[in-house]
Amino acid sequence: MRYEAPDTIDQAVQMLAEADGLTRVLAGGTDVIVQLRSGMVEPDLMVDIKRIEAMHAITAEGGGFRVGAAVSGAQLGEHEGVKALWPGVVEAVELIGSTQVQGRATMAGNLCNASPAADSVPALVVAEAVASIVGPEGRRDVPVDEITTGPGKTTLAKGEIVESILLPARPANSGDAYLRFIPRTEMDIAVVGAGISLTLNDDGTCAAARVALGAVAEVVLLVEPAADALIGSRLDEAALDALAAAASAACRPIDDKRGTIEFRTKVAGVLARRAAVIAQTRARG
Amino acid sequence: MLDKPKDAVLDREFKVVGSRPVRPDGVDKVTGRAKFGADVSAPGMLIGKVLRSPHPHARIHSIDIHAALAVPGVKAIVTRDDFAENKKHKDVLCNIMARDKALYEGHAVAAIAATTGAIARKALKLIKIDYDILPHVTDVDEAMADDAPILHDTMITRGVDPAPEKPSNVAQRFDFGHGDVEDGFAKADVIIERSFKTEAAHQGYIEPHACLASVTEDGHGELWCCTQGHYAVRDVCASLLGMEVSKLRVTASEIGGGFGGKTTVFLEPLALMMSRKTGRPIKMVMDRDEVFRASGPTASTSSWVKVGATKDGKITAASAEFRYQGGAFKGSPVQFGAMCAFACYALENVKTVGFDVVTNRPKQAAYRAPGAPMAAFAVESVIEELAIKLGIDPVEFRLKNAAAEGDTSSYGPKFPRIGLVETLEAAKAHEHYSAPLGPNQGRGIGSGYWFNFGGATSVSLNVHPDGTVALVVGTPDIGGSRASMNLMAAEELGIPYDKVNTIVADTASLGFNETSHGSRVTFASGLATIEAARNAKNECCARAAMIWEIEPDAVTWEDGCAKPAGANAGNFEPMTLADIAKIAEKTGGPISGHFEKNPAGAGASFATHMVDVEVDPDTGRVEILRFTVIQDAGKAIHPSYVEGQFQGGAVQGVGWALNEEYIYGADGKMQNPGFLDYRIPVCSDLPMIDTVIVEVPNPGHPYGVRGVGETGIVPPMAAIANAISAAAGVRMTELPMSPPKVLKAIDDANGSA
Repeated sequence: MRYEAPDTIDQAVQMLAEADGLTRVLAGGTDVIVQLRSGMVEPDLMVDIKRIEAMHAITAEGGGFRVGAAVSGAQLGEHEGVKALWPGVVEAVELIGSTQVQGRATMAGNLCNASPAADSVPALVVAEAVASIVGPEGRRDVPVDEITTGPGKTTLAKGEIVESILLPARPANSGDAYLRFIPRTEMDIAVVGAGISLTLNDDGTCAAARVALGAVAEVVLLVEPAADALIGSRLDEAALDALAAAASAACRPIDDKRGTIEFRTKVAGVLARRAAVIAQTRARG
Repeated sequence: MLDKPKDAVLDREFKVVGSRPVRPDGVDKVTGRAKFGADVSAPGMLIGKVLRSPHPHARIHSIDIHAALAVPGVKAIVTRDDFAENKKHKDVLCNIMARDKALYEGHAVAAIAATTGAIARKALKLIKIDYDILPHVTDVDEAMADDAPILHDTMITRGVDPAPEKPSNVAQRFDFGHGDVEDGFAKADVIIERSFKTEAAHQGYIEPHACLASVTEDGHGELWCCTQGHYAVRDVCASLLGMEVSKLRVTASEIGGGFGGKTTVFLEPLALMMSRKTGRPIKMVMDRDEVFRASGPTASTSSWVKVGATKDGKITAASAEFRYQGGAFKGSPVQFGAMCAFACYALENVKTVGFDVVTNRPKQAAYRAPGAPMAAFAVESVIEELAIKLGIDPVEFRLKNAAAEGDTSSYGPKFPRIGLVETLEAAKAHEHYSAPLGPNQGRGIGSGYWFNFGGATSVSLNVHPDGTVALVVGTPDIGGSRASMNLMAAEELGIPYDKVNTIVADTASLGFNETSHGSRVTFASGLATIEAARNAKNECCARAAMIWEIEPDAVTWEDGCAKPAGANAGNFEPMTLADIAKIAEKTGGPISGHFEKNPAGAGASFATHMVDVEVDPDTGRVEILRFTVIQDAGKAIHPSYVEGQFQGGAVQGVGWALNEEYIYGADGKMQNPGFLDYRIPVCSDLPMIDTVIVEVPNPGHPYGVRGVGETGIVPPMAAIANAISAAAGVRMTELPMSPPKVLKAIDDANGSA
């Protein structure tokens, strides 16, 4: 295996584009190195992007924030601006791993690892975050829900790297939240995850909402009927019941060592309901 | 209440025993200096790796090692052909290296020694094995079915008369009890009868198995390994390699957890054999998935329990059947389970039956009170349910039926002095027992029993010229025992704690020492330490007598000094240990004390646990809110490490109760061989575990010590199940009580999907 740690994204793109065989991009490495050590992958080329200065920056942009691909969970969690604007995204990223893992793990890495259970992805999807991708053909911006296509699979072409993720500006009276279910309290992988972002009208009714679920399908699901259940309501019991039912109805999970179909389907509704209430509280300010 | 024992051990004033000094091995462990199994290297060392069967059950037709052996850097390969038949350790041999069949996924089939681990790993892939895949079975009930795939054609169930004619997966049947249970159930007003299942749990030690072996051209071997019993490792390895015992010296490393799982051999004979073949030292370290797939978890079980009682709370009969699978070889701890099941109760009519079953899983190894926790989960669940049905307080119900001194135990012997009643009284009096609970919260109780054990023990105590002491023991320190040994030697000699330094010696330095298991170390090595110190004191008195020119029996030992026994003995200045040691050369040479024994009288330890949980009714998630362990320690030599044992047992019990399990696919392969999906509790999952040390002295130990290491894992599963029942109104009968199972039980009880 060849290991490279270039100083610029152009060099990194060139190395990946020209490489034969299997390549991997190394940001925090909290997935890639584990996969390497367990023998799951044996890449021919590993490109470490942590030496690229711009990858470490969180910058304000158009009322939102652009988060570099090498920004660690710990760094994001200490950023007051992002925490105030997108608390649901920050809490989702901070759920990844442990304190030690947070010093390394990145949001972009979590996205590109393409696990259906990735904690940050439902929160990014409801935030309408946009990935900025650099590749041999230049730069393109892609909504995060178009990045993954299945477990371990992405729409990134050979040589392409996610350089940053843009968390956009949002209207007043907005709030977001992410909840996941794990049997323990930390150091685990989501059995179900639910991210919700919503905006309230002045009268307290829900003007807009997005609902996304993790670990209940081969990719993170954006569930429009669940959002529709909230829009126009004051998140009363009937609306929350309808949200939970719509969330559960959208699930197409598998039975595996982490949970059953029955369990995931029911708990998706439970978490969506609880996350909606938190998001509503945040939107009220 | 019982009278105090005649020797009134508790009335003795201890000077250092019962204090809480810092453990002598602490600094090395927190600074990283301590040498664990994988922390040593040797010049010219090779790395050994094991090839393991990907199939749960397969006949091995042939093993072709030619391509692997041709890889540059590969120095030796061992397979079944390298080990001669061994009648005494037949199953151990078959487990460390498959013979005609691979009996479980992960079963070792070959090992390679190479100059680097990467080369060894690469070469493993070039070994060609021709397998004939056979049907497999991993569930204990399925393994007992008539049409189950048979693991061993020669296995005829023992303990059944007449003996069956056909082989089966049932190795042995056990029967215990007395009285007439049918008669007893006829007298009962209320009877509860339930079936239970428990999944296999791994001991979960953080340190994987590791060793460094070296065999010279003239046949002398040295072995460094992480083990709870290096004497047993020596004897088994010497036998498997056809060596004289005196030619193999084994040193136990510091140990990163064992809990019973490091009482056997896995890598050690392979490393020795490859060293013999190459003349070079061989280092082997298991990966975590190998630890899960190939080293011993405990048994998974299936059981049935029936208990009847009168309206006023007297148990009239208790009956149970236990079926334990212990992996691919006989020896599940079902016998212990059947013996311990009803040990907490004084019963007129009791019957337990146990079946030792084999399946296509790794060979089980001992795990903290082997066999008892699964039986207690079943029995204590039924006991609590019975108490509630009778409208009697669960602690009161247990007290009405509790075993005490003189009662015939459910498995035969009469109990000597025991402390179950004292733990129950302490539970009733504890503030926790009456603390208020909130919505979705519940409290559960469970009691538990473990025999404890003595075993062969040899100890030496050497007095240095400056009056400090080296205590040489042969029992690896798996729970702070060096601190306890220091305390007992210091107490007996009348010197400060830090003047004693205990080491765990290699196998050449002492007579045979039984493995550190059975909660035996503080009891047996402690007893031997006290006796060795007494021998040294006697010698010191004899030296003083010589100096003073009086009779040896005219000298007594008091407060760390030899003194004339009375006014008639003469008027001499007392001599300290240091005074006597300083001039020992002139009075007959160095002073030592020795003691060897296979002591009986290991006092049993009983415990009662109290736990509060909160159940999330929408997700089935269980949170442990509060946990109190009350256990009889006989005499707590070092109370902090006694409390540590109580807490450790409770925490491992929490894991087993809630989330730990071996998950098998239909393909017979373990699906969660790592700490991500084999979920032991993390710190944030747990409250501080409160402890209460009850001290009912053991008449079999000079200071009253009872072993405390194991009993603590016996009650938690039942106590937690009982708490869940109180919180959520559902009776959980399968371990682990993981969220999907609890949620399903709640939803089923509510009649919704």
